[in-house]
Amino acid sequence: MIKFLIKGLLRDKSRSRLPIMVVAIGVTLTVFMHAYITGFMGDTIEMNARFTTGHAKVMTRAYAEDASLLPNDLALMQIEELLDSLRSLYPDMSWSPRIQFGGLIDVPDSAGETRSQGTAIGWGLELIANQDELNRLDLQKALRSGHLPRKSGDALLSNSFAGKLGIAPGDEFTLISSTMNGGMAMYNFRLSGTVHFGVEIMDRGSIIADLKDVQLALEMENAAGEITGFSNTGFYDNNQAEKLSDSFNSKFKTDDEFSPVMLSLSQQGNMGQYVQMSEVWSAYVSLIFIFAMSLVLWNAGLLGGLRRYGEVGIRLAMGESKGHVYRSMIAESVFIGIAGSVTGTAAGLGFAWLLQTYGLDISGMMQGASLMMPTIIKARITPTDFYIGFFPGVISTVIGTLLSGIGIYRRQTAKLFKELEA
Amino acid sequence: MIRKFTKSALLLLLLALAEIATAQDGAAILEKVDANMSSDNRIFESSMTIHTKRGSRTITSKSWSEGNNKSFTEYLSPAAEKGTKMLKLEKQLWIYSPSTDRTIQLSGHMLRQSVMGSDLSYEDMMDDRKLNEIYSSEIKGQEKIGDRNTFVLLLTAKVEDAAYYTQKIWVDAERFVPLKQELYAKSGKLLKRMEMSNVIQVQGRWFPATVIYKDMLKQGDGTEFKITSIKFNQTIPPHLFTKASLKQ
Repeated sequence: MIKFLIKGLLRDKSRSRLPIMVVAIGVTLTVFMHAYITGFMGDTIEMNARFTTGHAKVMTRAYAEDASLLPNDLALMQIEELLDSLRSLYPDMSWSPRIQFGGLIDVPDSAGETRSQGTAIGWGLELIANQDELNRLDLQKALRSGHLPRKSGDALLSNSFAGKLGIAPGDEFTLISSTMNGGMAMYNFRLSGTVHFGVEIMDRGSIIADLKDVQLALEMENAAGEITGFSNTGFYDNNQAEKLSDSFNSKFKTDDEFSPVMLSLSQQGNMGQYVQMSEVWSAYVSLIFIFAMSLVLWNAGLLGGLRRYGEVGIRLAMGESKGHVYRSMIAESVFIGIAGSVTGTAAGLGFAWLLQTYGLDISGMMQGASLMMPTIIKARITPTDFYIGFFPGVISTVIGTLLSGIGIYRRQTAKLFKELEA
Repeated sequence: MIRKFTKSALLLLLLALAEIATAQDGAAILEKVDANMSSDNRIFESSMTIHTKRGSRTITSKSWSEGNNKSFTEYLSPAAEKGTKMLKLEKQLWIYSPSTDRTIQLSGHMLRQSVMGSDLSYEDMMDDRKLNEIYSSEIKGQEKIGDRNTFVLLLTAKVEDAAYYTQKIWVDAERFVPLKQELYAKSGKLLKRMEMSNVIQVQGRWFPATVIYKDMLKQGDGTEFKITSIKFNQTIPPHLFTKASLKQ
């Protein structure tokens, strides 16, 4: 019976080609949209995590209150001991101390006087002691000229910023900032290389140097503004991160404003709203799209049923039972739904793979943006994409046929020949 | 009818005259303040104690200044700041740091940054112009600060490049030195507050030897600026006000 129905579908192109094409187009769009939304939202969250928030972050309570001002005078002290505690208490996370700071980059002329200047946001990261931060920020890939910091005094500048300052790898420059005690910090660096991240805020004007150098420059020995934690799975899990911060904060709870406090990514700045929005938005957009595609495919199923009004009449006139005709049409819609969904899923995954691999450059639209968002939009293929298209693809087609097929039971054998004559 | 109109006109005229007289009095008071606070040149040693959330630290320095446009400061302690020098010529500021052996020129919005983490900005430090040159003044009343009678003056900027659009200043009614100052932005927001004390007489002029600065936008308990010695109208070698002197 199944073989017979499939043969019928294959031989009668009018019964298979158009419905399968409609289903396939709908499923392609559903799969692609889902992968696109997942990719864009996930990238934005992970990017913020890698550059600023971590999956969780430890700061002093006082620092956390004004974290956006980078108040290094309120930084964590005795961080070696704190790091040991964090590593033994939470071995599923990777912990890295960081210092974020603001300052002025001053490039000297041959007489040692100011040739060019620019304000910068700085990161002091563990670049020489281990490879974790290098890999996390993908610095090797971001490198545009020169080399990564290898020894004390080496620093990276964002590529366009170095261009504006007129400085090349090997040249020296001076960082002017504030020490942890509020004094004036002046420290000479050597430009080891330039980097480009594809993130407007990072590429506008940034300096990245080894943590030890920044500690020396800002008089922050065994101190850091923050300790960022990253899940060893590589992905942010909001529930897990919130449980972790609750656990840490209950262990280190004191009234001292310089005691450490842990905040999950979603508890920092506007990231909570973004995480919530990304979860809800992703679900809503997917649902709305699936619903819209279901209507289209349902309509296609209805049209298919109506178009075959004459054929159904002949089959009933020839003695085929109404139940048999109804069941065979539903079985056919299942085959069409499956064929369309498989084709659509394959095509949708194909387009999503292209966007995942090559990305879409929107840097032109991001100029002057203050949000940390990727300038290249990429899709992300997840296991959900392999089955999500089957919901609108199969179910809607079948429901469409189920509804349109009810008409079979309203046909009266006595009137069939009259209808067929007409 | 005509009598009523004449009365009103006379009243308005009197009010206008009173307003002019108040403004003139304000200007006269400000002139006396300038006579105390400004000089052709001066040399002073000072200590600046900065109170932060984590504690306090004191920085000592020696400054030489000539008129409104030239000044040179050398930091004497603590060790981390020792040897740092600043030179102001007209509207330009250079800083020399011995640890980097670099002379850096500060300009633009960097001049609004805090000096050594204190509640003073470079702009505050650089603006030595006479108050009468920058502001028009108006007497707002009289108040007592401690046991001293003061005139309360409202100053409004009459030049484009004033760091603060308005100031409220409490001037000692007898000695004509400011005892309190509030500095406001054009929006009316209070930006800084200064409280002067320990008024001393040096070479015939009154001078507040201690000033507590409080940047209202900053946390912490403010910065205490104390002049430990001051001399007016001294001979200062001209080469001091050159970039070459920064590295010496």
